[in-house]
Parts: sequence; C-alpha cells; structure tokens
Amino acid sequence: MIRIEDYIPIVGEATVEELRLLAERLRGKTIRNINSTAVGGGVAEILSRMIPQLDQLGVKAGWDVIKGDEKFYAITKKFHNGLHGVPVKIDAAEYDHFLEVNRYNAGQFKFSDIVFVHDPQPVALIEKRGAIGKNWVWRCHIDFSRPDPEIWSFLKQFIDRYDSAVFSAPAFSQRLTIPQVLIAPSIDPLSDKNKELDEKTIDEVFSRFGIDRSRPVVTQISRFDYLKDPLGVIQAYKLAKANVDMQLVLAGGGATDDPEGPMIMEQVKAEADKDPDIFVLFLPPASDIEINALQRGSTVILQKSLKEGFGLTVSEALWKGKPTIAGAVGGIPLQIAHKYSGILTRSIEGTAQWIKQLVSAPEYARRLGLNGKEHVRNNFLMTRHLKDYLLLFVSLFHKGDIVSL
Amino acid sequence: MNPFNFNTKLDQTLLLGVRANTVAELMASVKSAPDSSIYFHTHRFLNQHQYLSPEPPNDFAYWVSNVLGDDVLGERLWSVDIVRFSSIHELRQTLTAILESYLAAAPRKIECQEGEEFHFMASRTFVLPTRYSARDLKEFAEALGKVSIHSIYFHVFDAKLRLKHDENDFSRWFRSLGKTELAEASRRLDPYSHTLDGLRHDLIALVKKYDSH
Repeated sequence: MIRIEDYIPIVGEATVEELRLLAERLRGKTIRNINSTAVGGGVAEILSRMIPQLDQLGVKAGWDVIKGDEKFYAITKKFHNGLHGVPVKIDAAEYDHFLEVNRYNAGQFKFSDIVFVHDPQPVALIEKRGAIGKNWVWRCHIDFSRPDPEIWSFLKQFIDRYDSAVFSAPAFSQRLTIPQVLIAPSIDPLSDKNKELDEKTIDEVFSRFGIDRSRPVVTQISRFDYLKDPLGVIQAYKLAKANVDMQLVLAGGGATDDPEGPMIMEQVKAEADKDPDIFVLFLPPASDIEINALQRGSTVILQKSLKEGFGLTVSEALWKGKPTIAGAVGGIPLQIAHKYSGILTRSIEGTAQWIKQLVSAPEYARRLGLNGKEHVRNNFLMTRHLKDYLLLFVSLFHKGDIVSL
Repeated sequence: MNPFNFNTKLDQTLLLGVRANTVAELMASVKSAPDSSIYFHTHRFLNQHQYLSPEPPNDFAYWVSNVLGDDVLGERLWSVDIVRFSSIHELRQTLTAILESYLAAAPRKIECQEGEEFHFMASRTFVLPTRYSARDLKEFAEALGKVSIHSIYFHVFDAKLRLKHDENDFSRWFRSLGKTELAEASRRLDPYSHTLDGLRHDLIALVKKYDSH
C-alpha cells in the first residue's frame, strides 16, 4: 500500500506537513462519499486511491454506492450523453423513476457531517438532506461546458440545494446560487503509469515494438478516436519529417464509442502501412508500464486533441519531463502555459512547425520539459488533489475570503 | 521581543461562472468581480509557476496576448507593476483604465475562439500556523530555509495586499527588532520579479548580511 510519507521525496516534507495540519482540522468529522459504481470509471479510481490516504491522515472518510436497476442506469446514461451535448429525449416517467431510485437509496445511509455526492446519478439524495448529513457537496466529474438545457434545468433544482459544487475545469462552471470550487484531477506519481523507470525497462519496451531509440521519436498516447485527431497527427508528422528525421508512435486502446472510430482506425493503419517509421500500437488495458516507457523514451509528446475533458495524459507526459505539444482545448491550457511549460497549438501546420522546432532545439525542448514537470509537481499530483479535498471539507465550516484556522 | 511565527496558507479556487469573449466583456467583469478575483488573476502565475522565470505577470495580460493575439494591449496589462499598489481597489482601477482607453481607441472587436474564453475565478485563503518560529535573525534565516513557499507567499504577498499591512510581514518584524536597514532592504525587494525560491534565497542572503552587522 502507498503510504502518505512515500510522497515526501516527490513533493517535499512541507507539502505533506500541510496535509497533516489540514487533516487535524477535521478530527471527529465523518465524511461520506456517495457515487453510483464501486469499480470501473474515473470516480471509482479516484476514490479508491484517495480514501486510504485520507484514512492515513486520520480523516474518517467512507464510501457508499447507490443501488439502481437497469432502467435507472439507462436513464443516467442518457443524462450523461445529454450533458456531453448528444441530443437525447427523456420523458416524465424516466425523470420520476430517477427520483424514485434516489428516494429509495436515501433511506439506506447513516448520518454524516459531510456528504460528498459524485456526479448526477445520486444528486437527488439532497431531498433528504436533514436525515443523511449536515453539509453537502456535489462533485461533477464530467464535461459540463455545454449541457443539454432540459437535463441541466432538472439537475440544477437539486444542485442549488447543496452547500457547494465542485467542477474539474473553469469551462464547466455554471451560473449557480451556491459557491463553485475548482478541483482539477490529478495523476499519481507512484502508479505504474507514472513511476520512475530504469533505462533497461524503457529500452526493452522500445525494442519489443521495433522502435529505434537512437533516432527522434514523436509520440501520441490516446484512443483512436476522431476527437484525438490521429490523422491530423500523421499529417503534422509528415510535414515535419520533410526536414527533420523522426519516427511517429501512435499508441492507445482501440475501444471507442465514436461511430467513426473504426473508419479512422482503418485510415491510420493504412497510413502506417505506407511508412515504416509510423508505429501504430493497440495496447490492451493493463499496459501502464508500456505507456510509461513509451512516454519516457520519446523525444516529443503530442496530444493533438480537437475536444478534451481534462486531458490528463498531458500531465502524465509533462511529469516525465517531456516537451509536450497539445491542442488548446478543454483542460489542456490549465496544464500548459504556452512556451513556458509546453506548446499549445490549434492547427496541423502549427503542430508540424513546433515538432520541427522541438526536435531540432533539444536545449529549448529540455527547458520546456523541466518547467512542465515542475508545473505538474505543484498543481496536478495526487497530493494537491488531497489538499483540495481537505480544504473543501474544512471550508464548509468557515466563512470569508481569508480564514485563520 | 515577540518571536516571528511563520504561518502558511492554502488556497481554494472558486469558479464565479462568469466568462469573457472580448476585451469589452473582460473590462465589464474586471469592474464588477470581487477583490478576491482580481487578486487571484494577478497572482495566480506567481503561485502556480514559481519555478519559472517570473515573466507571465497576470492572467489578463496572458489571455489578451496569447488568446486574442493583441500584443499591444497584452503588453500594457503586462506592465502594470503590482508591487506599487497597496490595495486591490487601486490595482483594479489601473487595469480598468487601461482597458477603457484601449476600447475608446480601438473600434475593432476581437472575439476569442470557442473554448478559449476568460473564466473569472477567485481565491479563498486558509491560514495555518506552522511549527517554525524565530527569536532572532539567525533562527529566522534557518526557518526561512525550511518553510514551504506558501508560507513565504503568505507573509510577502497576502500580508501586504490583502491584509493591508502596508509592508510585508518580514520587514515589519525586522523593524520591530530595530533592524531598520534590513527592514528597508527587504521592503525594497520586488517580489514580483522573483520566483518564490529566488525570493527565499535573496531574503536569506539579506538576513545573513545584516545579522553580521
């Protein structure tokens, strides 16, 4: 098990000390996390990492999962799609069933000082706020930048009854009557995907895939999905390669909900067949070490997304000290300050130009990478996420812009 | 003589649900945003990028230059010398005056790309005591080498501009020790042109220099 002390060599003693100071302010308080799934998905992953750390800090945080039938999850899937801008129709009976399931679940929980509700599925538990908990926070983990107005209006009536709402990126914030807090997601520097690797492991992964580490390697790790623009990446690589020698690695999972996915994958494969320096790697789910090694062994990392939620793969690349070129979309501009901690682009041509620059100017690229790594150390590691959660809980008991604890 | 007790601070970032697409919208919200928002957008870079050269000065300048592509207005906002201000009110007036004069002179309206809007945020600050304190300059220099950069940030930036202490907490304490020259020298340091670790380094050097006097 990862211990809180294990983060000290990475973030410094003062940072962990600050977590302990904050945790002391929550002595005797009980915190109940509630979401809709115990395994799979980002929320369950965050909670399963976060709760043991809170426990080590002496904070009593529990985690419960609401129970629903198939119909309930079909409705909440529609909510999810609608909130992402996909046209959906939800009728009155479906809204009623959603409320019924929430009301049934509301009777199952013990009373807590803080109830921390994740995502839309359990949002209506707030109807029973007096019976379940004293202070209520609603945490939105999904892209809320263009929510379906009808679904939003339905959810808003509940959200406005919470004490605070939490969003992952500024673009997701809404006009609400309650305070809204920004808590960005984080990466765990001690996980297989991000931990330090020795050169031997990196060499072994590169040679397994036939990639030549003695020549520049430009890599994008992401799903083969229209929104990650793998074809745009190939075009940018071709433009850049006219002047500078390099290889291109496109690696990621093959599964996608995107209806255009299979067609894009075929085109990507066809392009790769024409050029022995393009490596298309379909990685199975348990490939964290491979992804880590590919990132660490690359010269430049790309994340040329056309649309993005938060885009944590950018933080993963920056954490490895890699010069990173990424689309200026979603949460990516939070992770990269252009020309300070990485490069933001908006076109294939711009991406190509920056690939050339960074491959040809290794000293500048190295400085970008170092700055990027420090930016992630200060803002996107697990410890910052823990600090934000502790602050969120503490903040519920205080008022004012500057609070002395 | 009172010892110097080092505090630290942790910030919560609030989202105000207000966004700007153009310079005119930016100005309207700069006028109406709470003080904690003006403070946030003029100090966020210092807080988040303290390892970098201190080049990016404030979010307004960064957005106007890098998103709207207006280098002239960006530079005017960039050159607002925050160290000169003793209140958020004055700082807001200066930013507003720059935006107003730009809008009066420039009839063109540049709109940002979708997804690159300026989002107004604000800081909520939580102050905590640390285990570090100092009774003399030697102990002060030692402790300053150990406290987190958030502690330095709090005693230098928040103390002056948000808690309206007139000068930073370190200078005030040096003055209470009768170390007037050190107080003046540390007061004259421009913290906005340092990284936080650079500031820590320079302050320790100053304290050591005056301790041996």
